[in-house]
Amino acid sequence: MDSAPVQSRQRPYKPPVLGRGQTFDTVTDQISSVVDRTQQPRAWWIGFGIGFVLLNLLLVCVSCLFAWGTGIWGVNNPVGWAFAIINFVWWIGIGHAGTLISAILLLLRQDWRTSINRFAEAMTLFAVACAGIFPIIHTGRPWVAYWLLPYPGTMMVWPNFRSPLVWDVFAVSTYATVSALFWFVGLIPDLATLRDRAENPIAARIYGTFALGWRGSVRHWHRYETAYLLLAGLSTPLVISVHSIVSFDFAVGVIPGWHATIFPPYFVAGAIYAGFAMVLTIAIPLRRMYDIKDYITGQHLDYMARVMLATGLMVCYGYLTEAFFALYSANLFEQYMIQNRMFGPYTSIYWLLILCNGISIQALWFERVRRSPVFLFIICMFVNVGMWLERFVIVVTSLHRDFMPSSWFMYYPTIWDIGTFVGTLGLFITLLFLFIRFLPMISMFEMRTLVPAAEVKEEH
Amino acid sequence: MKPVLPLHGVMAEFDNPTEFVAAIHAVKSAGYEGFDAYSPMPIEEAAEAMGLHGNKLPLMVLCGGIAGFCCGYALAYWTGVINYPLNIGGRPLHSWPAYIPVLFECTVLFAALTAVFGMLGLNGLPKHYHPVFNVERFALASRSRFFVCIEATDPKFDLEDTKRFLQSLTTVEVSEVQP
Repeated sequence: MDSAPVQSRQRPYKPPVLGRGQTFDTVTDQISSVVDRTQQPRAWWIGFGIGFVLLNLLLVCVSCLFAWGTGIWGVNNPVGWAFAIINFVWWIGIGHAGTLISAILLLLRQDWRTSINRFAEAMTLFAVACAGIFPIIHTGRPWVAYWLLPYPGTMMVWPNFRSPLVWDVFAVSTYATVSALFWFVGLIPDLATLRDRAENPIAARIYGTFALGWRGSVRHWHRYETAYLLLAGLSTPLVISVHSIVSFDFAVGVIPGWHATIFPPYFVAGAIYAGFAMVLTIAIPLRRMYDIKDYITGQHLDYMARVMLATGLMVCYGYLTEAFFALYSANLFEQYMIQNRMFGPYTSIYWLLILCNGISIQALWFERVRRSPVFLFIICMFVNVGMWLERFVIVVTSLHRDFMPSSWFMYYPTIWDIGTFVGTLGLFITLLFLFIRFLPMISMFEMRTLVPAAEVKEEH
Repeated sequence: MKPVLPLHGVMAEFDNPTEFVAAIHAVKSAGYEGFDAYSPMPIEEAAEAMGLHGNKLPLMVLCGGIAGFCCGYALAYWTGVINYPLNIGGRPLHSWPAYIPVLFECTVLFAALTAVFGMLGLNGLPKHYHPVFNVERFALASRSRFFVCIEATDPKFDLEDTKRFLQSLTTVEVSEVQP
């Protein structure tokens, strides 16, 4: 793959992904010290506080929604899908980077994933939790959300398995389950470490319960590694399928701007793009807050920025293809759709999207930018915003002017739409800070395998 | 008075993986069968030294996946064709290509559940109590140290002999494991 100095046939040269002088003890101590310490740094309290306040905003917005109904949102006819679906797709896309890092990069034997996979997987879970709220609350009658599931009931009706919305239910619930399992399996050995270190007997008991009696037997490790690889192998097609199925929600419909075969790959690339931006958005402050630059090195930032650049360019290719489809289709509605996106009433949002997703990432061609935490953080913020705008453009500009000019209408979000969205950011931040406080954010047992002392020297 | 239980075994501690793997080889070639080794992270060479090749898990996961596929298909077919047929745009009731997304998800879900619970089941986890934790220094097995424990159930086990044998392998410590 690379022609850089090759040391042996099996092991091509790889830049170091762990700071110098690390041993089994230092890795364990430094990573679990975040959990062990009784006093968290001020930044933790600030972050958690912001998240918690916003989480309460979510509770207020959702309570009002349940009391008064979806009429408090800006949705109308024809824009019946708006913030709820935009946020759903945005959140679920963010989750995809976690699975990509934990599964696909594991199969590709990318060692650098080791120090970021744990919190990226946690990010996946929390993003899916935020995403899952929206389809449930947007039904208007969330107390009967279980009607989405196939269950034998007195009404004697069943879901229609030919509908993309049912596919979505299966895809998202499977994704949430498998991500949670993958995350938990990865945590078991580290929970055992925390159990064995804990000085507080209550903490030892709680960690011990979740560690399931793990004792690090070689026989157990052997099956554990098989299970971990199998889960990675299963998660890889799963993660591709989930966003493909999410894109079917649109692509199976006949609305101009939705009915396109490019949608599945374009959505998957966008998901990974948005997800890596979010991983970096979390990693950059985190490595500063807890001084873990030995684990999340400049090399890691560089690699993640490269993935972002590559997927970002794929997404831009998607934008070009959409425009080309419209031009080449000779279809009046498709052509009008793209013209309306670019120069219609939502024109500023479209061009802001191009600025955020297409132009801002061009700076990532330069290594100095990729290795500069400040620049990278700014670019990630652009991408986070850009990917949200992309979903806004897809959902709203396609719906608000479809085939019949008599049914055209504008969509404007209300304060409740915005409050609910910001509220889910609060849920995400709160969960993330609690995770950092109570669980090791870097996989300790996998880091131990990267320590120089872990090598078994040949002697016979 | 508490009944006196027989000893669980004798345990040796190692501070690096090289000696640990060499010790597993030595224990194995000395003819011991009932022993186990413990490490803070997976070590491929240790598994090889213990003669572990392959396991039943992949086959179980394959079966789980197939079961998931069949259950998904049965559900979609029975509900959509037999129990609750819906005419949607005159399309055939058994329009199997439209079932593919759900079937795929069911396959992956069942396979993943089998992988996790199969792994835990084969490993005998969750386990409430295990004698190895009676050794105080075993707390380091999840941190930085490596342990080999020869169990008393092994026919070759003799407290003094086995202890001496393990002492010849390690530079750190050998201790008795209370039941």
